[in-house]
Amino acid sequence: MQDLPDQLANGLALGALYGLIAIGYTMVYGIVQLINFAHGEIFMIGGFGALTAYLWLPDGTGMAVALPLMILLGVVCAVLVAIGAERFAYRPLRGGPRLSPLITAIGLSLALQQAVWAFYPEAKKARPFPQLGGGDLDLGFVALSREDLFIFVSAPVCMLALGLFVAKTRTGRAMQATSQDPDTAKLMGVNTDRIIVTAFAIGAAFAAVAAIAQGFKTGEVNFRMGFIAGLKAFTAAVLGGIGNIYGAMVGGLVLGVGEAMATAYIGDVPGLEQFGGGSWKDVWAFILLILVLLVRPQGILGERLADRA
Amino acid sequence: MALLEVEDLRVAYGKIEAVKGISFAVEAGEVVTLIGTNGAGKTTTLRTLSGLLKPATGKISFDGQPLDGVGAHKIVAMGLAHSPEGRRIFPRLSIEENLRLGAFLRKDPAGVADDIGSAYERFPILGERRRQAAGTLSGGEQQMLAMARALMSRPKLLMLDEPSMGLSPIMMQKIMSTIGELKAQGTTILLVEQNAQAALSLADHGHVMETGSITLSGTGEELMHDESVRKAYLGED
Repeated sequence: MQDLPDQLANGLALGALYGLIAIGYTMVYGIVQLINFAHGEIFMIGGFGALTAYLWLPDGTGMAVALPLMILLGVVCAVLVAIGAERFAYRPLRGGPRLSPLITAIGLSLALQQAVWAFYPEAKKARPFPQLGGGDLDLGFVALSREDLFIFVSAPVCMLALGLFVAKTRTGRAMQATSQDPDTAKLMGVNTDRIIVTAFAIGAAFAAVAAIAQGFKTGEVNFRMGFIAGLKAFTAAVLGGIGNIYGAMVGGLVLGVGEAMATAYIGDVPGLEQFGGGSWKDVWAFILLILVLLVRPQGILGERLADRA
Repeated sequence: MALLEVEDLRVAYGKIEAVKGISFAVEAGEVVTLIGTNGAGKTTTLRTLSGLLKPATGKISFDGQPLDGVGAHKIVAMGLAHSPEGRRIFPRLSIEENLRLGAFLRKDPAGVADDIGSAYERFPILGERRRQAAGTLSGGEQQMLAMARALMSRPKLLMLDEPSMGLSPIMMQKIMSTIGELKAQGTTILLVEQNAQAALSLADHGHVMETGSITLSGTGEELMHDESVRKAYLGED
């Protein structure tokens, strides 16, 4: 167990990444009770947006200049696609049967994947993502890579900003009101359509940041990257209690650490040798989900539905 | 011209017509009540007036302006506030946050702060618990909050849907006397109630609704002494 701090750091970095994506699922679900299955593709488009910014810059541009621009363009692309999806794919179906937007979300997810595959230059296979470079940050008990540092800084910044926004601003209060009772929020004068768009946009922005983090970690972006990341983040959102923004981050961290621990140590358990290693990590992630839901069907920070009435 | 004028209003849920062509008016400064049993279409009428439901046909004008096609969030800006059936406070927001949402569209922070102060004067229990989640309040306290919240927009017309529903007799009296005070201060109120006795004793005008239609109209006094109303709604035979 010598490398426990390393594995923990690894798990937390992965978990923070899942958590950032999970915010988008949970905010949209909390307000319109829609599972936006296209959110993984919003994440992927954020990654391609960031790559595009990097490719536009002259060769040899330092990361100190490139990174802010990558974040900016990644966020802008993801937010625009999310707003477009809400406006043209989901809003016309609002008030209809609940299955219709769900099917639309799955269709949209495929359409966005294929659009990137077909129209982004050389996206038919994975495209290499720029690297941060520079050495690890040695804290003594654990050495953090630059890639991990990026997520360890950006995830708390995003969460803090979101927490303050929701609790302290007028729009944030309107957002809480809309998620608790949309009709009554309208009676207060809240334009709930605008609140829904805001939720989609915030989720997309966070997903774009997560995509950059994943690009740094894996060294590539590809048109399929949103599928498994989206599935894991959705799992994190359910694990934490869907509808609860802090639950999304907690669920992400639990999932990431659980996955890292299982990958590193399950193989050491007598009798389970063949289940260790990276190829089983998704299996352990979903087993964790099942175990948590058996004990707490509402998720770690979720409320029972009866409490919401 | 009356503050609110409703003309031949029809509202349907799919093929089922819940409101079948009703007409009535509310003058500024008046209390008007709609009474009738469950399912008569009273709540549907209020939800249509505040823009949550779309009318099939009919004309609604408020303060001289037509309300057709105006979104719910804009209707409250015109001065029509709605305290909905079942109170519908925001349970996980604090009492004070609920009140602030009532003033969501107002741009005068000083006036809003004053009005929150007056709400706490009117209902001291709300002031004592201002930081508490509204969902922890009792039914009667939630009703106080719902009314106070609706008043926060400084409405020209306050619509109250079943404010006495599910309350203890003492609490019901408290709520009804508050409505009396609001009336004395000149607030225009459209009151929907199943408690016909209490509603008619406060009202300048009343309308009896049955299965989507207005079957009888008159002053509060007249309706209270009407034979059929006494039989059907005041529990006398």
